[in-house]
Amino acid sequence: MKAIINLLLALPTVALAVVFSVGVKAVDADMAAGSRGYLQAKIEYCEDCHGSSGQGYVGFLTMPRLAGQTTTYLESQLRAFAEGRRDRDLFLNMAKIHGMSPTMRTALAAHFREAHPRPFGGAPRHLAAAGRRIFDDGVPEANIPACAACHGPEAQGQGPNPRLAGQLYPYLMSRLSRFPSESRRAGADVDPTATMARVAHNLTRSQMAAVAAYVSQLK
Amino acid sequence: MKSVRLQLAILVLICLVVPTWAGDVPTAVRNCGWCHGMLGQGIGVAPRLAGQRREYTLRQLVDLGEHLRDNPQSRQYMWGPAGNLDPLLARDLANYLAALPFEPAADGRPHLAEIGRVIYLEGIPDANIVSCAACHGPNAEGVGDIPRLGGLGYGYLRRRLEQWGEGYHVAAKPPMPRIAGKLSPNDIEALASYLSFVK
Repeated sequence: MKAIINLLLALPTVALAVVFSVGVKAVDADMAAGSRGYLQAKIEYCEDCHGSSGQGYVGFLTMPRLAGQTTTYLESQLRAFAEGRRDRDLFLNMAKIHGMSPTMRTALAAHFREAHPRPFGGAPRHLAAAGRRIFDDGVPEANIPACAACHGPEAQGQGPNPRLAGQLYPYLMSRLSRFPSESRRAGADVDPTATMARVAHNLTRSQMAAVAAYVSQLK
Repeated sequence: MKSVRLQLAILVLICLVVPTWAGDVPTAVRNCGWCHGMLGQGIGVAPRLAGQRREYTLRQLVDLGEHLRDNPQSRQYMWGPAGNLDPLLARDLANYLAALPFEPAADGRPHLAEIGRVIYLEGIPDANIVSCAACHGPNAEGVGDIPRLGGLGYGYLRRRLEQWGEGYHVAAKPPMPRIAGKLSPNDIEALASYLSFVK
């Protein structure tokens, strides 16, 4: 009799244990047992599109450089994708492709922060000199601030302001061209698109090309 | 006597150096057409060449000539012809083929096409399989030296994807061998089916 009662009392505990273990698995399956292999597989998944060591790649779409990116920026962009605040209009389901747990975002950002492949290259080199002047000094008469002020003197990025050094030229051109028309979306992160929309709005296309050419060849 | 022998020896040596075949494009088309069809539409295991991106076709001719593309049919049928091809003729041939009109093979499994379409566009993130469309385009049209997949034969696409998983053609432009190696047989059947219908 006692044994049966004990058994009945134990059942809820067992049930709770099962529920919790499944819950934990659902929330953080990424970093569960075998986490190193799991992370490595996810890194390779990123690199399949974004290039070896996150160097960037030009397929039908241009996949930007991830290597050396600030962790703040990378994590915030992964969250922006997952929450549908970025690149909603592409023919790809960017939310699903970039969907992952916050823990995985942090781990990936930390990994790519330490990658240092050389720049992808391919930008028109003759524009770089003019681009450097714009990057270092801005264009005061057009109300354009120096990029270096926020992105760092070597375009290495600072916190939420992304690294631009070695970023792919077609990607930079696309972003700069689209900032003014992208509507602001509220988010918990600092939303830089408002600032960039104002900056990019004042840039002429050839100024964009010059700046993009300059930073794309920085190491 | 000696000088004649010497001249003969030199002549033989010259003939032993296999010349690259530098015929004209129409003749090349006739030769290739035996297997690939006179309109480049593909026959059996020989893929459709019509409408394929010229940089890609050229790259394959190089890879075949250098034995980097080493799956069984490539080895048996293509190593010889590709190895003999003059580079300028190869370029002209690739240009010619790229401009040919084509029809989709449409020989995949219709009931798998929708599944294949989803895999093509989204990949399978949980299995760390990337979207094909990111590189090959929304309509499988390709770009640059990334091939057009739309409308290629079901059997050809299926074998190509399987062979990367089997370890062939490791020198293919990365990361295709790694990506294809992750696909399950069901994934491959679905993708090959879907793509065979794409115009």
